[in-house]
Amino acid sequence: MSVLLQLFLSFLQIGAFSIGGGYAAMPLIQSQVVTVHGWLTMDAFTDLVTIAEMTPGPIALNAATFVGLRMGGAAGALAATLGAVLPSLVIVSLLSWLYRRYGKLPLLQSVLGSLRPAVVALIGAAGLTMLLNAVFGSAAAALANVRWPAAALVAAAFFALRRFKCSPILVMAACGVAGLILGLVS
Amino acid sequence: MKKDRMHRLLTLFLSNLYISACTFGGGFVIVSFMRRRYVEELHWITEEEMLDMTALAQSAPGPIAVNAAIQVGWKVGGLAGMLASVLGTCVPPVVILSVISLFYQRFAENRYVALVLRGMQCGVAAVILSVTADLVKNVARRRRIIDAIVTLAAFAAVFWLRINVVFIILAAAAVGIAAALAEKRRGGRTA
Repeated sequence: MSVLLQLFLSFLQIGAFSIGGGYAAMPLIQSQVVTVHGWLTMDAFTDLVTIAEMTPGPIALNAATFVGLRMGGAAGALAATLGAVLPSLVIVSLLSWLYRRYGKLPLLQSVLGSLRPAVVALIGAAGLTMLLNAVFGSAAAALANVRWPAAALVAAAFFALRRFKCSPILVMAACGVAGLILGLVS
Repeated sequence: MKKDRMHRLLTLFLSNLYISACTFGGGFVIVSFMRRRYVEELHWITEEEMLDMTALAQSAPGPIAVNAAIQVGWKVGGLAGMLASVLGTCVPPVVILSVISLFYQRFAENRYVALVLRGMQCGVAAVILSVTADLVKNVARRRRIIDAIVTLAAFAAVFWLRINVVFIILAAAAVGIAAALAEKRRGGRTA
């Protein structure tokens, strides 16, 4: 079997079985790429996870490009990316059609009505986790471990967003610059 | 008319390209940015639809960002919209990863890169918390006790108990089904 087809089928499985996004996909990628096919060593896989954390985009797509490029050049990257996205295209399109067709039914309305607050909670929890990570790093959440510059930066960013309705991307870029300056000064 | 449609597709593609290129962190981050763009700025999607899309993106297989892009695309521009939307979301990570894998080692060890990224973490946290504040306000406006319970339970389940989000979504759906059945039974009795 050509490596392009193998890449495609491997990432097709990753795309089809990683539910919940982000870190849910990681063990699947590891199993396909390191254990089953031996495309990456465990060291290279750890590098891949590090890159994925530092760059925009879903980890499954990052992995598809990284592994695809190494094993099959540009065509490999394309084959792997297509494989990762294809299950979503089919399944989510179908679900989205069902939603628009039957979304007004009372039962579905009730289900969606209680899904919404749950999703709000999930987003809030993700935000709180990021806040703790930014302010405390890997240390325990105690007053002694607060990184005050980071805490001030979060507060300033939050204020800019709420009070002045600044664009989120602008706020993030400004925080990046501020992080660089604060790091160089201290 | 045709020009309008092309313009819409182009806006969709460019918006997702921009959001995808600038968004660090998990799927929820990108959904927050999409909400800002499509609900607040362009008014293409309602707040409730966006939350439904998020729930669906979260509970379907595949990357959340891609799943959300698929739904936004269908809603805004049918099949062509879906393709434009997904393409916009996929191009940035593919291009950026291609460039970075060429000189990964030096990128990872660069002190300045690390400082900028640490600063950006603070910005991301603020963005998500701000979005959460808006969303909580909307949920609270409905004044339903069951919403408050679901919100708190879901938060505790994911934040402290670290339960897989798929189960949380399924449990919330089960609550919705139970509520609908209870409502029906009550309706039957009064009728």
